Amino acid sequence: MPIKTYREAINEALRQEMEANDRVIIIGEDVAGGAGGSAGGAEAAGGVMGITAGLATKFGRDRVIDTPITESAIIGMAAGAALTGMRPVAELMFADFIGVCLDQIYNQAAKFRYMFGGKARTPLVVRTMIGAGMGAGPQHSQAIYPMLTMIPGLKVIVPSNAYDAKGLLIQAIRDDDPVIFCEHKSLLGDSCEVPDEPYAIPFGQAAITRKGSDLTLVGISRMVKFCNEVADRLQKDGISIEVIDIRTTSPLDAATILESVKKTGRLVVVDEANPMCSVASEIASIAASDAFDYLDAPIKKVTAPHTPVPASPTLEALYLPTPDKIEVVVRDLLEY
Amino acid sequence: MQLSRDQLLSAYRRMRTIREFEERLHVEFLSGTVPGFLHLYSGQEAIAVGICEQLDDDRDYIGSTHRGHGHCIAKGVDVKAMMKEIYCKKNGVCGGKGGSMHIADLDKGMLGANAIVGGAPPLALGAALSAKLLKTGGVAVPFIGDGAANQGTVAESMNMAAVLKLPMVFMFENNGYAEFTAASYATAGSIEARAKAYNIPAVTVDGADFFAVYEAAREAIERARNGGGPSAIEAKAYRFWGHFAGDPQRYRAAGETKELRENHDCLKIFADKVTQAALLDQAEMNAIDVEVMQLIEDAVAEAKADPQPDPESLYKDVYVSYN
Ligand SMILES: Cc1ncc(C[n+]2csc(CCOP(=O)(O)OP(=O)(O)O)c2C)c(N)n1
Ligand SMILES: [Mg+2]
Repeated sequence: MPIKTYREAINEALRQEMEANDRVIIIGEDVAGGAGGSAGGAEAAGGVMGITAGLATKFGRDRVIDTPITESAIIGMAAGAALTGMRPVAELMFADFIGVCLDQIYNQAAKFRYMFGGKARTPLVVRTMIGAGMGAGPQHSQAIYPMLTMIPGLKVIVPSNAYDAKGLLIQAIRDDDPVIFCEHKSLLGDSCEVPDEPYAIPFGQAAITRKGSDLTLVGISRMVKFCNEVADRLQKDGISIEVIDIRTTSPLDAATILESVKKTGRLVVVDEANPMCSVASEIASIAASDAFDYLDAPIKKVTAPHTPVPASPTLEALYLPTPDKIEVVVRDLLEY
Repeated sequence: MQLSRDQLLSAYRRMRTIREFEERLHVEFLSGTVPGFLHLYSGQEAIAVGICEQLDDDRDYIGSTHRGHGHCIAKGVDVKAMMKEIYCKKNGVCGGKGGSMHIADLDKGMLGANAIVGGAPPLALGAALSAKLLKTGGVAVPFIGDGAANQGTVAESMNMAAVLKLPMVFMFENNGYAEFTAASYATAGSIEARAKAYNIPAVTVDGADFFAVYEAAREAIERARNGGGPSAIEAKAYRFWGHFAGDPQRYRAAGETKELRENHDCLKIFADKVTQAALLDQAEMNAIDVEVMQLIEDAVAEAKADPQPDPESLYKDVYVSYN
């Protein structure tokens, strides 16, 4: 099977869905790039990270729309177009910019169907880049999916690898509800086997990335990679860790997590987001309520601290959960 | 408006300092020693300096952008502490926690570079409101790119400033590009006309001409200080580098930046004007250049040698107090 990067997998999903359905359009800042430029106006960027490269050239600028810097209007336009027959994929360059356009997501798109008495369909996808690890500083590095996960009406997707990124994005584009698709900037260059043909991965289905019996590690987005690494390390010491990649924070596959915890009796949740009111807290609370009798140890979280993301790479490394930090918590819990 | 020799020398020194700071950072960035993203201000120096030379440290505020180094230097932020911040070191202006896009120095009236495009204008409204209510006579100046001009926050801020008659100067820097997209595509109508639609007096000037910026800013600041409310200046600007250090600039015609450096270099234009008018002689400016080179050399060396931030600082200063 061909090996593709996370970036290429996303590009391929967009291309294939645009080929399949001409209502699928892309809207964002510099998703093509070069408009009006002295070089003649040809596509010059394909997104700041090159994820949409080639799409404007292939599908034309009517379907790959460069916008002014105006996130409220971008997301609102995409939501309104979704409500009226299009299937827009809006790009919010960095997830941190959600502050500029949250109303269009939170009060508008997320609530249409419910508040319009079930009459609306809003097949909107907002692709956005999350996460630390690039020294990008406090306003370009945040993992903001918890605040979106708590909004009824939104689906929130957190792919941890190229295979999932493609399948989940295709599902997102075909889905009739508003979907926030969170791409981790530190995963863009990671690669794995990705089929050439289109495929959709249903939402709300976690993946078990390592089978094990001693402890359950639940990871989100980039943290799944770290969890896998810890499981592989500990396996050498005869410790058997089960790793679960939740893949979507809303809907959340509680069943897979509970089943695993009932088997292992121990749970550590690893989350790059801040610790308060987080997806990690939610998972811990579900396990505490519904698997209490099976737990042999307290539930632990490994998360970022309750601070902004510092610019200094030295401090950023301290801020982030790492395989080493996860390993310490896991080993402690196994001794409990 | 005739500037004194000292004023001219000061303006030249600041512009040269910005240029050297940025050109040197570009080299350092490409060699891989500078963390994060870097947006260079080279080519736009006369805009920041043309207005900030007329602002006071203690009562006047500026709000900046992702391309903020020049604004900071023009407003008097310590160059060495800035360099340390860009290297994210312990003794940086923000302790290494902000980096290039968040350099802030409230004691110098610098409300922060800003990584959110359109983030600063509303904050500048607040500084202007404080100045008005506290009767300091202070003025607030947000710097706004041609791209940022399209954010709702800018429209909202101009309207609010006009409604409340706040002492402000909206300083637009139209360098023709927002990232990789030209203003001719993304910015409809004219920025000057947008300001005028709010009844805000507005002019367009050549941002490579220090004297044109200075004069427009002088009038606008005077109006603000005298209770005349906000003004706007659209400065045509010239971005010598790409959007960020390392940008391949595929959207720009070959030779465009070379042409800008040849024909729209605010430092050359300044030097020509002051020598032709016999206000300064070239030797004086050359002497400043030597001093500035040394300053930047020292700033880089000290930044590289500065320690990393203390690990505990990660947890500090989230709040003033948390109880
Ligand atoms: C809210 C928000 N949207 C988008 C960006 C990404 N971005 C950073 S700088 C920039 C272009 C800004 O252009 P302009 O205002 O003209 O300033 P210039 O870069 O030319 O100085 C963009 C789109 C951002 N940082 N914040
Ligand atoms: Mg610009």
